Amino acid sequence: MPRTPLAVEASGLVKRFGTTLALDGVDLAIAPGTVCGLLGPNGAGKTTTVRILATLLVPDGGTARVLGHEVTAEASSVRRRVALAGQAATVDDDLTGRENLVLLGRLAGLRWKAARARAAELLAAFALEESAARQVKTYSGGMRRRLDLAASLVVRADLYFLDEPTTGLDPASRAQVHDIIRFIVAGGATVLLTTQYLEEADHLAGRLAVIDHGRVIAEGTPGELKASAGAGTLRIRLARPAQRPQAEEMLAQLLSAPVGASADPRMLTAKVPAGPPGQPASERVTAALAGLTGAGIAIGEFALGQPSLDEVFLALTGHAGTIIQTPTETLS
Amino acid sequence: MTGGTTGATVPAARTPALVPGALAGPRPRPPGPLAASAAFGWRGLLKIRHVPEQLFDVIAIPVVFTLMFTYLFGGALAGSTHRYLQFILPGTLVMAVLLVSMYAGIGLNTDASTGLCDRFRSLPIWRLAPITGALLGDIARYLLAGGLVVALGVAIGFRPAGGVPGVLAGIGLLLAFASSLSWAWTALGLSLRTPQAVMSAGTVVLFPLTLASNVFVAPQTMPGWLQAFVTANPVSHLVTAERGLMNGHPATGQIALVLAASAVLVAVFAPVTARLYGRQR
Repeated sequence: MPRTPLAVEASGLVKRFGTTLALDGVDLAIAPGTVCGLLGPNGAGKTTTVRILATLLVPDGGTARVLGHEVTAEASSVRRRVALAGQAATVDDDLTGRENLVLLGRLAGLRWKAARARAAELLAAFALEESAARQVKTYSGGMRRRLDLAASLVVRADLYFLDEPTTGLDPASRAQVHDIIRFIVAGGATVLLTTQYLEEADHLAGRLAVIDHGRVIAEGTPGELKASAGAGTLRIRLARPAQRPQAEEMLAQLLSAPVGASADPRMLTAKVPAGPPGQPASERVTAALAGLTGAGIAIGEFALGQPSLDEVFLALTGHAGTIIQTPTETLS
Repeated sequence: MTGGTTGATVPAARTPALVPGALAGPRPRPPGPLAASAAFGWRGLLKIRHVPEQLFDVIAIPVVFTLMFTYLFGGALAGSTHRYLQFILPGTLVMAVLLVSMYAGIGLNTDASTGLCDRFRSLPIWRLAPITGALLGDIARYLLAGGLVVALGVAIGFRPAGGVPGVLAGIGLLLAFASSLSWAWTALGLSLRTPQAVMSAGTVVLFPLTLASNVFVAPQTMPGWLQAFVTANPVSHLVTAERGLMNGHPATGQIALVLAASAVLVAVFAPVTARLYGRQR
């Protein structure tokens, strides 16, 4: 896209807190109209990056431009075009849901009447009408997060910073938040989404940047990143524990990958390596399973799981991140 | 990356109800400093309605002191409870409003610790509007607290010679001082970690200032060192000015002193607050 400035263009961002180096040269480029997922474990530097880009922190080194404006020298121009939904839901607990939205409408420059109308519209859209007159401190986690996102939508922004918008939510609320994010993007805005969940980033983001120890250690589409960690993990539960040694040996040969035996005497796990193009992992796994069955090994059940963020991390950094589960795709 | 790639990875919103029209329109012009402060002032008023305990917790003390001192010691101290009430009430009024002013620091600390400050700081508004707005809203709080103490006084026999204009002038001066003192609380609120710490620190400062003053008795009978403290204490000057105004003999010198002290408080603590608020957390 020539002529249109990048939504985010950061290079070499450095930030220190006392003796802690929070950011150690972060580079980031986000094209307008896209969703970028910033992925990483707790303390990796995701929030610090977002806070610098949202003009809440001044970097100690490096430069960042947001929608063409320099974040420190032109902070007020940036603030006119971005919206932030924080990790801690940033709404006033003492006020009601409606009052929070009217307040933010007023602060966005709407007149009283327009602010009230906009609040009513958002409360309806986010299924918060019934609780509109209740203090936010009585809201559930999911309701609070919906209100928080509604608060970011009071007026149009060209870039939304969503800092772990689903952390701590139950699956149903998480799905609602995902819908809201899709809606924001459908309106043509750019979204920078930080998350600890690979699955979430996979669903929502076109590109991912993986951040660890204050540096972007990998960047690409979700598919590219997952490929770096192999095709996934195959878990097999045998019908008869006695067959495990034989099955272990065969499977290692068939997949040409190391096979692990867990404490459960019936379980085998194998990391399926990324194969040559045109030969998807599922094909090789199916062939291997057929081989086992052909040799008379009774398989109870099996599952091929996507590589978890943990596995991606391990592959990228050689050290584990936080323990995060991604749901496995059960095939039988 | 092209728009096509995004379209492929992000399916359209499943909930058509989520398409509010205003998102399509241009963003309105951000409010100026006054309008933004007024919006935060409105927030302050809402808080009085939703969290009235923040007001009544602290004014219980001056109310109890008014009653207790008047009826227990009033006769002994001033010859009659009625005469003592005329003396003590401007003092407990000052005490009530100054105690309420402490909440300026507590409220700001709460905002800062919940991430609400982050949202406000990311908005295209004058940076200090959340604070100036809160101080505007606090004026309503001071009026309520002051009004309650005066009403109680009148109910039990407070009859100031200055009449209604005198009382109003007294409340006006008190508001000016309390609003200026609030900047010290906001600076404190941004320096300490928790709202509880702000409350304790505020109490540690306020109690000696309000008790070791001329609120309850004239300092003439106190030991020399205490007399020295009481005469230097700005709260004593404020109370003297209040008594003068309410009794119809305005003490111009004391009023000027109080206004000067207010100006000094703002000149010192407003910049400190601004610096602390702008500081990176």
